Amino acid sequence: MSESEPDMDLNGAPDAVDTAAQPASGDEPGAPPAIFDVEKLNVYYGDFHAVQDVSLPIGKNQITAFIGPSGCGKSTVLRCFNRMNDLIEIARVEGTIEYHGVDLYGLSIDPVEVRRRIGMVFQKPNPFPKSIYDNIAFGPKIAGYKGNMDELVEESLHKAALWDEVKDKLKESALALSGGQQQRLCIARAIATSPDVVLMDEPCSALDPIATLRIEELMQELKADYSILIVTHNMQQAARVSDRTGFFNVELNERGQRTGHLVEFDETGKIFTNPTVKATEDYITGRFG
Amino acid sequence: MATRNITVDTSALVRRSLEGKKINWFDQFVAIALLVSLLSGLLILATLLVSVFSSGFGVLADRGFDFITSRLSPDAADAGIFQAIIGSLILTGFVIVVAFPLGVGAAVYLEEYAPDTKTTRFIDANIRNLAGVPSIVYGLLGLAVFVKLMGGFTGGRTLVTGGLTLAVLVLPIMIITTAEALRAVPQALREASMGVGATKWETIRYHVLPVALPAIFTGAVLTIARAFGESAPLLLAGAVLSLFFSNSADAGIGEYVFDEPYTAMPIVIYNWARQPQQEFVALTSAAIIVFLMFLLAVNGVAIILRDRYERK
Repeated sequence: MSESEPDMDLNGAPDAVDTAAQPASGDEPGAPPAIFDVEKLNVYYGDFHAVQDVSLPIGKNQITAFIGPSGCGKSTVLRCFNRMNDLIEIARVEGTIEYHGVDLYGLSIDPVEVRRRIGMVFQKPNPFPKSIYDNIAFGPKIAGYKGNMDELVEESLHKAALWDEVKDKLKESALALSGGQQQRLCIARAIATSPDVVLMDEPCSALDPIATLRIEELMQELKADYSILIVTHNMQQAARVSDRTGFFNVELNERGQRTGHLVEFDETGKIFTNPTVKATEDYITGRFG
Repeated sequence: MATRNITVDTSALVRRSLEGKKINWFDQFVAIALLVSLLSGLLILATLLVSVFSSGFGVLADRGFDFITSRLSPDAADAGIFQAIIGSLILTGFVIVVAFPLGVGAAVYLEEYAPDTKTTRFIDANIRNLAGVPSIVYGLLGLAVFVKLMGGFTGGRTLVTGGLTLAVLVLPIMIITTAEALRAVPQALREASMGVGATKWETIRYHVLPVALPAIFTGAVLTIARAFGESAPLLLAGAVLSLFFSNSADAGIGEYVFDEPYTAMPIVIYNWARQPQQEFVALTSAAIIVFLMFLLAVNGVAIILRDRYERK
């Protein structure tokens, strides 16, 4: 990361440099291949229509950020990508999310298999109340990993930039780590199962600026191997780390419910410098939200 | 300077408002009232213990282990509680073996698997109601079902009947305490586990149950202690209420459980307490002391178990 100023001028678009450096950025022909294709996604919680008609492609080996005000459904949409909403009994999903051309909500799809390929990092660090080692080893173990577990644990911790801090206390409880370390442990845990995609639901909202920066740097490194989707409240963060950004907003629907929808989806540089929709511009310049 | 004067004035004002009244009488009153309620509870307990120990300690001191290893007898000088101890231990064993796995299983299903429908909530509410049903009603159930209906299997008025009756009695409580322990496990833990591709059962087996286990154990021990002290259902479910009865001295454990008459600690205490002779008053107190020792031991084991699992 080049910029060290957290309070950078959003309209000055220092990130345009980042995005422009991407050979893949630009028009459709040069765009990276899509790993997900979302078509008319609707999510309901019981009678409540939470998200309406979201359609967008997610690029392979890109970082895609979802931004928007509270209650706009961005986390809900994110949790559709690994069928985490299945855990909420009253949640119902309509539309399709194609992953490499396969609909994740198809009848024959096993959500457990989906989650092995599409890992997740949550808003609040949620390590298992077990040792650091066991936190990493659990996912591979249940997936039937046959290789050298010690090496895998070390490799995962290396990738998550945590190895040097914990290499001497792998058998100690993960709960003894600081918040930032716990979140990096959760990232290591998510990548230990060698997923294709990592979903991050406001991964830095509980962390201090230094820990946040480390995680952002980490995301840049991980992008070579994984596709990353991140939900964030922090617009600077979206501007700093992401290749493409989706702006979600919330509107009252005809039944008086606060339903979220996707307003605009584009290259991050374009969203932050030259958005097409007025609401996007208002939001990123802080005029509402 | 003017500002300095203002500061002094302000400071005096703030000091006055912060210092307030010297003593907050109402707070003092509440603290004392709460302390009195605690002390009166302790006082009642202490009175009970002192009276029991003063009247029963002599018997234990005189007869020592003889009191524990002797059988029931109408002769107060010979009477012991051996059969009652064995009976109570086997009954407790039944409760652990039958009610613990069934209760935990039912609770896991209710909390983790059952969809949140009207039917589920109806069942849940009824389990809570069952936990409040007087134990004598379970005794009637034991009499009707385990003694009469299933007499061929249970052998009628035997330890199996008593054990099953107590197990059924505490099953709702076991389910409720386990369900509460499971509900206290944070949803974030389940999400973390499912998030790395664990199945529902793997999540429950490796993460939810281990976290809930200390609370499940605590609930189970309190429940088992309750079963240990129940007398009313056993009276109906065929425990012997008599000053003596004989078991075949050389009966094997199977015969003992399925064929022989039985009794239990609370039954013997109840029976001795009804006797008019002065000697039995001391025996009753001695039996109560032994009974309390057992309860203390059970609770101690539970605390050790819980601490061990919590540390992991």
